[in-house]
Amino acid sequence: MDLFLHLWIMILIYTIFAMSLNLEVGYTGLFNFGHVAFFGIGAYTSALLTLHQVPFELAFAAALIAAGLSGFFLSIPSLRLRGDYFGIATLGFGEIIRMIFQNEVWLTKGPMGLPGIPKPVLFSCRFATLPQYLLLTLGFAILTFLVLRFIIRSPLGRIFKAIREDEVASTALGKNVFHFRIKSFVIGSVFAGLAGTLWGHYITFISPGDFTLLETILVLLIVVLGGKGTEWGPVLGAIVLIFFQESLRFLRLPAEWAHYLAPLQQMIFGGLLVLLMIFRPEGILREKGKSTDVGTKRCQ
Amino acid sequence: MLELNGVNKSFGGIQAVSHCTLNTKEYKISGLIGPNGSGKTTLFNLVTGFIPPDHGEIHFQGKRIDGLLPHEVAIRGIVRTFQITRILPKMTVLENMLIAPPHQTGEKFGSLWFKQKAVKKEEGENRKKALELIDLVRLSHLKDQFAENLSYGQQKLLELARGLMADPKMILLDEPTAGINPIMIKTIMELILKMKEWGMFFFIIEHNMDVVIELCEWVFVLDNGEKIAEGRPREIQNDPRVIEAYLGV
Repeated sequence: MDLFLHLWIMILIYTIFAMSLNLEVGYTGLFNFGHVAFFGIGAYTSALLTLHQVPFELAFAAALIAAGLSGFFLSIPSLRLRGDYFGIATLGFGEIIRMIFQNEVWLTKGPMGLPGIPKPVLFSCRFATLPQYLLLTLGFAILTFLVLRFIIRSPLGRIFKAIREDEVASTALGKNVFHFRIKSFVIGSVFAGLAGTLWGHYITFISPGDFTLLETILVLLIVVLGGKGTEWGPVLGAIVLIFFQESLRFLRLPAEWAHYLAPLQQMIFGGLLVLLMIFRPEGILREKGKSTDVGTKRCQ
Repeated sequence: MLELNGVNKSFGGIQAVSHCTLNTKEYKISGLIGPNGSGKTTLFNLVTGFIPPDHGEIHFQGKRIDGLLPHEVAIRGIVRTFQITRILPKMTVLENMLIAPPHQTGEKFGSLWFKQKAVKKEEGENRKKALELIDLVRLSHLKDQFAENLSYGQQKLLELARGLMADPKMILLDEPTAGINPIMIKTIMELILKMKEWGMFFFIIEHNMDVVIELCEWVFVLDNGEKIAEGRPREIQNDPRVIEAYLGV
């Protein structure tokens, strides 16, 4: 039962994380390979503040602001780059942030990590047990889903999509592509920060090694597998992948096989991605126009 | 309306546009013709800010617009279409249209939450206008289709309609009738004439002389980046310099 609850908490946290990346990758066409940095900034900010007895409400808010602000400052130089170059720049930022966690020992205790992160108490509700924490993450996941859906379906979200589809056409229609990309990047960063915060307080121990490129690849995989540019894609992707990842962890393998487990997981992920790209590059869910009435165009 | 003054642009050693001076005055529909590679599209790129000129000034309605970024030119009322259509493939025809209106309240993050009523009202109005324009270009039955499912001619119509949706003062059309069938050319011409009546200005690059003669009130001729002639379409057609540029005789 505990395993089951743990599984769903992880799924929900990664759903939030993936939804935030989906806004950037799926809707705005920003291939961000450093998304884990904002997850980490959220986790570290909230953990450090609460370890110093700052109230949880404040720490949570500060974590979101820190993630959003760093997203803003990182986006200004990197969004001047396009396509692949943007991807490489974000990859670099992801690593830089991890190096800061690792080397600013006075602040983050470096590779030792931060143990004993307290369980949150929000508005005098304590979320310590698994069912309580599940409720908390569920609440935040639903909130994130609704907020992002509201943005995606708004005129603002429409412009994000237009920029993804054709930057030049959007510019020719008077849209300031650079500004809208920053907006998308900052919103994405804030929600990644939220996911990181929830994760940190759940795991209760964070260290720089938790925020590597592999994490970014995992969420990217969730987004792509689920169906990028769809509202439910990241949810579905997180359920499939996290279920798979976490259940593999608790698989009772004979002791002599145990050391194959981690490489096996990577191999299966890799294989899954290859198969996905071959057979269904658009993911499990696909983006669709409202009507499927394609025949009519030929009648004209 | 649109005034170019000694505009120059070279790419490396190639003089794409040289000392170009032209003024579309109050002509509702001006044409720009010239052989391939004569610098017509470059001229459009210069006007719309996609390429900054090396020298010279560009004025629109008396205000200087060279040196502005493309989106800044667009919000001053110049919208363009492209030689190779640039529709938004994975968005529906209606969504393609709804992108166009400038300064939408719902584009701002704050207003999205705090001015929901205004956003809703504006969306309703834009949608109504978009549907009318879609109807005008006879794409109503395809409004919920992804734009990528449209035929080439339909995409051109959509791009034109989208330009109109942006409600510009002047619209630059880069070969609006290239590569589409005669019936659709007629639809496009009707649309342009209708918009002209509504007070919109046009500047059109076009190779099809029948279209130029029927639509344009004034025509500029470019050759090797230089303006070699201008005048009424009928006169231009018989101008020896123009015939030479086109036929090389």
